[in-house]
Amino acid sequence: MSLRKPAKDQPESFEFNASSLEAANNIVAKYPKGKQQSAVMALLYIAQRQNNNWIPLAAMKYIAKFLDMPYIKVYEVATFYTMYNLSPVGKYFVQVCTTTPCMIRGANKLVEACKEKISENECELSIDKSCSWMEVECLGACVTAPMMQINDDYYEDLDKEKTYEILDKILNGETPKPGSYRGRINNEPENNRKTLTDLKNA
Amino acid sequence: MLKDQDRIFQNLYNDKGSDVVASQSRGDWVNTKEITDKGRDWIINEIKESQLRGRGGAGFPTGLKWSFAPKEVGSRPHYLVINGDESEPGTCKDRDILRFEPHKLIEGCLIASYAVQAHVCYIYIRGEYFIDGQKLQAAIDEAYEKKLLGKNAAGTGWDLDIYIHYGAGAYICGEETALLESLEGKKGQPRLKPPFPALIGLYGCPTIINNVETIAVVPTILRRGAKWFASLGREKNTGTKIFCISGNVNNPCNVEEEMSIPLKELIEVHAGGVIGGWDNLQAVIPGGSSMPLIPKDRCETLKMDFDACVEEKSGLGTAGIVVINKDQDIIKCMARIARFYKHESCGQCTPCREGSGWMWRMLERMAKGDATKDEVDMLGDVTTQIAGHTICAFGEGSSWPVQGLLRHFKKEIQERNNLDPIVQKKNNIPYLVDQHLLDKKNA
Repeated sequence: MSLRKPAKDQPESFEFNASSLEAANNIVAKYPKGKQQSAVMALLYIAQRQNNNWIPLAAMKYIAKFLDMPYIKVYEVATFYTMYNLSPVGKYFVQVCTTTPCMIRGANKLVEACKEKISENECELSIDKSCSWMEVECLGACVTAPMMQINDDYYEDLDKEKTYEILDKILNGETPKPGSYRGRINNEPENNRKTLTDLKNA
Repeated sequence: MLKDQDRIFQNLYNDKGSDVVASQSRGDWVNTKEITDKGRDWIINEIKESQLRGRGGAGFPTGLKWSFAPKEVGSRPHYLVINGDESEPGTCKDRDILRFEPHKLIEGCLIASYAVQAHVCYIYIRGEYFIDGQKLQAAIDEAYEKKLLGKNAAGTGWDLDIYIHYGAGAYICGEETALLESLEGKKGQPRLKPPFPALIGLYGCPTIINNVETIAVVPTILRRGAKWFASLGREKNTGTKIFCISGNVNNPCNVEEEMSIPLKELIEVHAGGVIGGWDNLQAVIPGGSSMPLIPKDRCETLKMDFDACVEEKSGLGTAGIVVINKDQDIIKCMARIARFYKHESCGQCTPCREGSGWMWRMLERMAKGDATKDEVDMLGDVTTQIAGHTICAFGEGSSWPVQGLLRHFKKEIQERNNLDPIVQKKNNIPYLVDQHLLDKKNA
């Protein structure tokens, strides 16, 4: 299990803004009547997006009331799933995959680059407070390893130099282009394609 | 090599675009009504005859699973749930289906929903695949627009709504009952089976859960016939499969190939060979991290299908092949996998919650050469205390890779770790809380 703790400094209150409220109501409508608790995961995401990518305790209390469920049940969910950030993270939140398939293709180089460019320790804001990074478990892009995720986007086929390049961009406030950084198309075997070749040339 | 026209996922590399028009030109949605008109029993029988086995890891026969759904809809509605919580290290096939072949999945959902009499289908996608989920959502919206979903979907007379539910980074939610708990808005902790979800599943209603790839191949099987699908591969291991080849190969890739293809052909032909040549191969994990590794000498002749892998005391799993060459420290690789399982244990059953951490800490020390001779056997003992003593298969999944390491690389571990037992040397190692257990007189 992973250890997860809410931040010490918590805002007093939290409320959905108009667009979050609309999104939340749309989500609740997806589930059968009386089963609105199913929407808790999606609503936590909405709260996280609204609140600079982390979830304060006040938001959990708000969602509990919104869905008519006990606060502790929301707290349980928010602390169980690792994608809910319980303390502030950078505007650019870098997650480096270091599980075995990425590890054997050099994910530690990406970690080194993050340490040099962003902060010495993971889950620590950079000096300008715009970025933070952490090691995560398999992100499901093993064929394009090593890779990292920045906010929602995947950056694949990386090495140390390319990671520097990407991190420099985000530290300047730019959003780099997601996808493969070796120029390969999706998950095809690079320069070695033996299947579906007529489609490629058509 | 499989002929191109026999490949189900023609757009695996997105050469042609994934929108509904491009998908229709590849044959999706063409005669959906003709298929459903043949009736439920025909569909389920055809899937049974095709011998399609679940692509999510366990390899359970899909037609048989569908036949477990109650024949008549009682007071409780039926649900179809698609498992797209692809988190097994080494696996990234479902992601390509979600983003490049979404209409195969959606059409499969319609046919499967019709077969098991469900009017609502939830697709559970891991939260990290948010962008890919958005692409699937766009395809679903497109399908609603073209009246392929909703009331009288695709003219079949069957009503179907599809909703996407995002996970939030929990590997365990790939286990079907944990997935249901998560869908209900709870912690993803697996349920005891029985009752099986086919009778008591989502919201206590009959629920059929299938992997993304399983459902996405269904329309093509029904169009081209069970005989065609069964003619590929071999008895009980039929059809095609998307293999994800990652790790120390020259061209890591996803490729759809015939079942029972030799592992060596997959690596040499499609993935461009092992880095440093075939002789530099150390071991291969054939089916995602929870399957025991297979050393080089067995890789020469191994055929990639469910039964052949089981014969090697491993498994096909999700067909996420991780190639490890001799430049890597195999103990370190397995220690990292153990760390993954320690991180992802849901914490419900004590053997797994505590044991996964034990295995990780012991392997980390073994990688450094800090363990005693006795501990190698003790590690094997710990794995057997976990496997089979937990609610779900995570216990097996976390201990099998360690057992595989011990089975094939015990000599390497023993050579590196030849310290005397700690108790004799009166070492005080703070993280080993139960040193007294090593003292055999008092144990």
